[in-house]
Amino acid sequence: MVKKSAQRIYLGLIFLFLYLPIVVLIVLSFNDSKSRVVWGGFTLKWYQRLFENNAISEAFRTTIFITLISALAATALGTLAALGIHAMKSKKQALMLGATNIPLLNADIVTGLSMMLLFVRFNKLGMSTVLIAHITFNVPYVILNVLPRLKQLNQNTYEAALDLGATPWYAFRKITWPQIRPGVFSGALMAMTMSLDDFSVTYFTKGAGINTLSTMIYTEMRKGIIPEMYALSTILFFIALILLLIMNFGSSRKEKLAKERMEIR
Amino acid sequence: MNKLRRQLLAGPYLVWIIGFILLPVFMILYYALTNSAGDFTLANVLAIAEPIHRKALLLSLQLAFLCTLVCLVLSYPLAMILSTLRKNHQNLIVFIFILPMWMNFMLRILAWKLLLSNNGVINTILGVFGLPSLDILNTPTAVVFCMVYDFLPFMILPIYNAMARIGQDVIEAARDLGAGSVTVFFKIILPLSLSGVISGIIMVFVPALTSFAISDLLGGGKVLLIGNVIEQSFMQEYNWNLGSGLSLVLMVFVLVSMALMGSHDPEGGGAGVW
Repeated sequence: MVKKSAQRIYLGLIFLFLYLPIVVLIVLSFNDSKSRVVWGGFTLKWYQRLFENNAISEAFRTTIFITLISALAATALGTLAALGIHAMKSKKQALMLGATNIPLLNADIVTGLSMMLLFVRFNKLGMSTVLIAHITFNVPYVILNVLPRLKQLNQNTYEAALDLGATPWYAFRKITWPQIRPGVFSGALMAMTMSLDDFSVTYFTKGAGINTLSTMIYTEMRKGIIPEMYALSTILFFIALILLLIMNFGSSRKEKLAKERMEIR
Repeated sequence: MNKLRRQLLAGPYLVWIIGFILLPVFMILYYALTNSAGDFTLANVLAIAEPIHRKALLLSLQLAFLCTLVCLVLSYPLAMILSTLRKNHQNLIVFIFILPMWMNFMLRILAWKLLLSNNGVINTILGVFGLPSLDILNTPTAVVFCMVYDFLPFMILPIYNAMARIGQDVIEAARDLGAGSVTVFFKIILPLSLSGVISGIIMVFVPALTSFAISDLLGGGKVLLIGNVIEQSFMQEYNWNLGSGLSLVLMVFVLVSMALMGSHDPEGGGAGVW
């Protein structure tokens, strides 16, 4: 009994550590006073100012654009790559995976800087350079999610389909794809998370005038804290909450369905 | 024949690897080993020995160690408690502990800046109880606080995942054979969760060693980490050769720390979290 309550207290303390900063931001976003501790009454004016702030909404749009496009491109490139790598002999495979590990293991700052050096040499920094950089650090996550699925796949079923006269494309669609799909999706999701939260790589590869939320908040924070940021944090927190809830709920329902099907069999 | 054709699917990615993974690394090497005139030199790499750079590197190592240690000490018991919860509660509670990770990295730094500032929430609460105020903003302590906050989920998740994989039957078998809690912990739980601990350590130590944004925003310009030195030499002094030389040194430190942790598992780098 004592052990149980000690455990509860421990969970509670960590919970407090994780959420206290967020709660403070949320409370301050409704505070009608610029002070960080005095409650000046309820207001929505920071939200209003947030929506009127063109720089922030521009950065928000840029962030969404970069996240979606880079995740999409990385998923396509990474899935194809995983299929190709899977067909390779172990020596070639090891080489490809070794190169894939470089952006995963390298420090963000070095990844960002090394790409900046390359881009500046041959081109100008702009939106496309940020996209290329994001795709580069996203692809490994897709490959590492798809490859294990391919390894679990029974190679004989694919070949049996070919023997029975299926075209490679048809066999892929009917046999390979359904089995690697969860890996492709979780890879895409991870890619999106990484893009969304990235600061260092974007900071070094972006051109002048292009800002994602991370780089914009960074520049703003160096000047000082504006209360609009509290409102932005609150909104982003609830977006994340809702998205994660939907995903969690969705996947647990799917798992249940899969389990029921297994039991019927 | 068929197999060869399927290998070609990786063709676009191979081009991408050469163009955007290997070539950039080569660029860093090139700049690191030349001076502004393009002649070979080791001066940029050896510059790490200059007192200001050496001090920054040592401070980075020190803070990264501290941050990793605190994360480990906090996460291990947490992961253990989480893995003993009833299965239908588990998902929800794990969800609660990773949700903060989904908020923008910069906004999490902002939150800590608010909490720790002189007239911030923590000091006000301390003031109410008549306790002396904590004056830690713009010190390395504040940087470590925020690093722990930012990277804690990267430690919790791999350890939790490793522990969740330990079969309950193994533990029960040990108990049936007369093992006490201590024996079960040292003979079963600890060895079987070690892989999670190692990937957790890597996933916290590397970003903590190389980050520059946290120390920049919470250190008030007084906490100079190796990341800050590199960033400044690129963005303020435009000394790309020096910045590249120091980056090369940083890369070596990252590789060495990973080799020490014995990360032969390709998943240990990043996918381990999930």
